[in-house]
Amino acid sequence: MSLRDQTYLRIVLYEGRDAEPLDSEQRFQAVSRLLNQGFALTHVGGAGRTAPADDVPALVLGRFQNGLEKLAAEAASERVRFTNVSGLTDEQIVAAVESVRAEKQAVQHGGWKPWFPVIDYDRCTNCMQCLSFCLFGVYGADGAGHIQVQNQDNCKTNCPACSRVCPEAAIMFPKYKAGPINGDAVKDADLEREKMKVDISALLGGDIYSMLRARSERAQSRFSKERDSGKALNERQKCLTKLAQAGDIPPEVLMSLPSPEEILRRAGEAKAKALAALAAQR
Amino acid sequence: MTPDTPGILYCNCTYAQIIDPAVKGHVLRRLCDSGKSFEAVADLCEMSARKDPALKRLAGGPGVKIAACYPRAVKWLFASAGAPLDGARTEVLNMREQAGPAVIERLLADDVQPNLPPGKASPGVAPRGQTPEPEAQTGATSAEAPASA
Ligand code: SF4
Ligand code: SF4
Repeated sequence: MSLRDQTYLRIVLYEGRDAEPLDSEQRFQAVSRLLNQGFALTHVGGAGRTAPADDVPALVLGRFQNGLEKLAAEAASERVRFTNVSGLTDEQIVAAVESVRAEKQAVQHGGWKPWFPVIDYDRCTNCMQCLSFCLFGVYGADGAGHIQVQNQDNCKTNCPACSRVCPEAAIMFPKYKAGPINGDAVKDADLEREKMKVDISALLGGDIYSMLRARSERAQSRFSKERDSGKALNERQKCLTKLAQAGDIPPEVLMSLPSPEEILRRAGEAKAKALAALAAQR
Repeated sequence: MTPDTPGILYCNCTYAQIIDPAVKGHVLRRLCDSGKSFEAVADLCEMSARKDPALKRLAGGPGVKIAACYPRAVKWLFASAGAPLDGARTEVLNMREQAGPAVIERLLADDVQPNLPPGKASPGVAPRGQTPEPEAQTGATSAEAPASA
């Protein structure tokens, strides 16, 4: 399933003219539940402004008494549907929204944890190191040879490894635990630290993935000869924990790395893409 | 309501546990009780990855106040989805760092205190220090006109 090219549904919780307000607790519970189910919503209260109209289908929820027909006539659009939530519990409100979502075949949220790199173009120098490093095709370049994050859902959940190879500390993972990777301001000391990490990876052969994979395989073959599987498991966990701590790379990612041949093939492909993008800039 | 009232956007960061639930709960409850219109989204990161067209309308308008996380992250999440925020008219409240009462106080205030990091507005286009012209409005959804949503 592609993340893009999907149908969207705009949810509006309407408490303006011609509708009764929800009671405070019901409003909070309904909004919280909808958000926790992955929906976005526009709340129309008595004051303030909301985002402009657009051409996506809309579902307007409200406690409409006699005002519904008037509002529907004003809407005069087949894209806009109204649902009277008078007497519904917050669970029932969410169920009503979900049923319209399913009917419209609109985006179903929650199947993917949105973990992916975000480039700070105020820092990025377009050096393409991230593109050459990533084996999963997350990065690409636009027609003018500018680095882009193109396949966000190819990124390995909780793995911020590429942010460590960026010499400018320009790669953020907004859901990461610490700065500057989480988007906090970059300090001079961070930059020094980031640079050091690149040097370390260069010392280790320049390709952190090959290094990790080799270590992981060496560990595996050693463990396979072990008689005491409990001890082997322990050691394996210790080794992986160490790697994970050193490079911040989750054990699941290490374990899901492709074969050495496949790594070589993908690294070659990524390098060729990076070189082509650099050539396009000239 | 005046035509230049800033919009309010709350991000629930639904798919990660990086914001203290007490902070989120405080901000959302006070927002719900404020009587103001607002936008609430489950997860701005997810919307950015999808290039959700809603980001363009959320970024448009005469200013916006966003309760989410670090301003630098929010700036580039919008920009990389093709919906750059206007640096002169955007204030980001950081629920990872600020306490709930401080966030809601600024979120409900009528003025905008811009705090996006200065620099380019979009990936590789405008030079540093410049922001693009705001996008043309396509008609407002308001308390008076819900049907145009
Ligand atoms: S490694 Fe960093 S500076 Fe180089 S292209 Fe990637 S994001 Fe930009
Ligand atoms: S923008 Fe920040 S607060 Fe919102 S979902 Fe992303 S990481 Fe969470």
